[in-house]
Amino acid sequence: MNGAPQVHYLNVDYGIRSWLFTTDHKRIAWLYLLSVTLFFFFGGFFATLIRLELMTPQGDLVQAETYNKFFTMHGVTMVFFFLIPSIPAVLGNFLVPMMVGARDLAFPRLNLASWYIFILGGLFTLASAAAGGVDTGWTFYTPYSSIYSNSHVALTVVGVFVTGFSSILTGLNFVVTIHKMRAPGLTWFRLPLFIWAIYATSIIFILGTPVIAITLLLVGLERVFNLGFFDPARGGDPVLFQHLFWFYSHPAVYIMVLPAMGVESELVTAFARRRVFGYSFVAFSSLAIAVIGFLVWGHHMFVAGQSVHAGLIFSLLSFLVAIPSAIKVFNWTATLHRGSISYDAPMLYALGFIGLFTIGGLTGLFLASIGVDVHVHDTYFVIAHFHYIMVGGSVMAYLGGIHFWWPKMTGRTYPEPVARVAALIVFLGFNLTFFPQFVLGYLGMPRRYHAYPPEFQALNVMSSAGASILAVGYVLPLIYLIWSLRYGRVAGRNPWGARGLEWQTPSPPPTHNFDVTPRVVAEAYAYDKEPEETYEFGSPSRA
Amino acid sequence: MWQNLPLFPQQASTMAPRVDALFFFLIALSLFFGLLIAFLIVYFAVKYRRRPGYERGVSIDASIALEIFWTAVPFGITMVLFFWGASIFLDQTQPPVGAIDIAVVGRQWMWKLQHPEGQREIDELHVPVGRPVKLTMTSEDVIHSFFVPEFRMKMDVVPGRYTTAWFEATKEGEYPIRCSQYCGAQHSGMLGRVIAMTPADYQQWLGGGATGVSAAQAGQNLFQRLGCATCHKSEGGSQGPSLAGLFGKTVKLQDGKSAVADEGYIRESILDPQAKIVAGFQPVMPTFKGLVSEEGILQLIAYIKSLSQQERTAAK
Repeated sequence: MNGAPQVHYLNVDYGIRSWLFTTDHKRIAWLYLLSVTLFFFFGGFFATLIRLELMTPQGDLVQAETYNKFFTMHGVTMVFFFLIPSIPAVLGNFLVPMMVGARDLAFPRLNLASWYIFILGGLFTLASAAAGGVDTGWTFYTPYSSIYSNSHVALTVVGVFVTGFSSILTGLNFVVTIHKMRAPGLTWFRLPLFIWAIYATSIIFILGTPVIAITLLLVGLERVFNLGFFDPARGGDPVLFQHLFWFYSHPAVYIMVLPAMGVESELVTAFARRRVFGYSFVAFSSLAIAVIGFLVWGHHMFVAGQSVHAGLIFSLLSFLVAIPSAIKVFNWTATLHRGSISYDAPMLYALGFIGLFTIGGLTGLFLASIGVDVHVHDTYFVIAHFHYIMVGGSVMAYLGGIHFWWPKMTGRTYPEPVARVAALIVFLGFNLTFFPQFVLGYLGMPRRYHAYPPEFQALNVMSSAGASILAVGYVLPLIYLIWSLRYGRVAGRNPWGARGLEWQTPSPPPTHNFDVTPRVVAEAYAYDKEPEETYEFGSPSRA
Repeated sequence: MWQNLPLFPQQASTMAPRVDALFFFLIALSLFFGLLIAFLIVYFAVKYRRRPGYERGVSIDASIALEIFWTAVPFGITMVLFFWGASIFLDQTQPPVGAIDIAVVGRQWMWKLQHPEGQREIDELHVPVGRPVKLTMTSEDVIHSFFVPEFRMKMDVVPGRYTTAWFEATKEGEYPIRCSQYCGAQHSGMLGRVIAMTPADYQQWLGGGATGVSAAQAGQNLFQRLGCATCHKSEGGSQGPSLAGLFGKTVKLQDGKSAVADEGYIRESILDPQAKIVAGFQPVMPTFKGLVSEEGILQLIAYIKSLSQQERTAAK
């Protein structure tokens, strides 16, 4: 019972065609895992070049034009092709059907189509890099992007435009699955919090992504056909672009961090072996973030020329969106209380997440304080803040999640000691990279600077040194996870003693996930009960 | 490289200590909550570590009182932060009356500035200590941002519209101007400096190398050269409204709405005259788009402003 099953989703079929034409959500998760991993290291390569250039105050490694392409390719790749798809499309794809007790997502073929659309968008973006790159920054501000830039803007925005449809379809698939395909007895308030987080994320995918698609389409049309939507000389308005762009791109921050919060809730409960503290508060705070997150875009424009009145309202709303995040942090911390805590690698990532996300969230208060934002806006303070959320939060949770579910995905365990070391290296390297940037920002170093005044060098050198440590921390898991595919110990169905439904089926799971349809008779995270008291596998599967 | 590693920029404007006070409060707040969370995590992780005979945690139901407590506390704190930040911002965006009016035009990759007395500067701005300075800014190409870290002052400089910012230097010295909105290849090279001087030195600087033509006079010359005076007669007429005493007044428009005659209104009326027609006049004015530069428009505005000042002086 505890050994690897004879036939499972990985060995049921062989050959490249069986992967490229699969409709199995678990295999599609692997397609995404491989692609976002490639994009992560592609984006990381540009981050390395940025940190190398910034070791010295003079812009002496590459020309300014080249440097501007580096940070643009870094941002575009990491935001649109790694952070946004990472947790939803990899872990979400693998886990949503298993966590709700279904045999697949609602629309398996649409799911595969989403991956192809994602890859198509990625190819456009890679093509623009190969053709010479783009230099607008990932924010594509007009009129620079629409008129002045001499780089491959149109190709890049087409790539991002196309990829957006992948997000919309994935979000749609998740929403329908969560509504319609929950196992008998799996009521909304028995759902794992990861599902709540993915649900909230999917709503943003569906409502927000069309806006960025239209916005970038307008930039492309203005560039190619000279239409002047954002050109003041022809009655257009460059600031209109910022409203449209941030109407999506601020909620997109929550696309990147809500799934990470979902992973966090799973990890903290599994490694503290107790029920999450304040289940409904954690669940509803995800929805609150998704809703209020749509109303705070103007805080990206406090000094962009919007009215004072608008600035004050967006400041107020930005403070409000911080509160659900604070509630989550307090509840996760309280979940540790009277837990039975083990320090396995996923838990190290999870604890690191709480710390770094807390710093990211607290520095968000600095930026919402509109009088202070005037000074730190568009400086390295902002860079540090959002890397604490995006990398300290989302990437830490993603890595924690990959380690946690690796035994389920592969049937093998990764080597624990080296994984713990890697988690510590990531934590230390991350802080050394990004903490000095808070100081740099307050001192007045603007972002996207190719050369900088010499008095900023010491802090930049610290940051670059940290980045090299961080790089080691990211390459290590790549090596030992691949190693474990062949040499890892056979995991068994539930190596962590976790209570999630996905752990009640063999590892790797069969193609149809469960041999019999589970019936859920208790709430999630019932660590005070045996798994048999939460799930009944009585009736034969109708599938 | 490791010598004089500063952690905070100098305070050189009236606004700097106010921004810093809130900043330090935020740091204290962050330290408190950051250390509290870190302490709890480490304490729980050690105290409740898994050990033989203690393989499962004790699931405790949430306490509603506790949840309300830790929702209400952040709410209260953020409201304090909101009002504190907003009160600073309201002053940051409200230039005091009597500020020196400096016209700023940004372009890839330089700052062009003009004093009311007529002095023009490129990438340098001489100002007196102890007097507020108001910047009326626009861009000839992409969006730039006028950032003086030592003054805790920043404002985007946007093509097609005016943005304003102000500061009052409190210490003599030279302070860097850095463009903080990415504006193309030489973004990090778009540098300037504010030179804050004693009022006496400033007067001397104004006197030396003076053009003799103030911004308003330059505007008046432009006004004549472009033929504006043909219709906009000072005594008024049927062709175009008189501009005397116009600046800052509320203007009644043809469509029944009204508009305040500020910098943006005048700029629009020059470049897109049909946008807002003054009540009682025909839409006959041609556009001056392409005929007058951004700096020229700012001079015309200085001239129109000076007409109001003349009227006010006359009234006294």
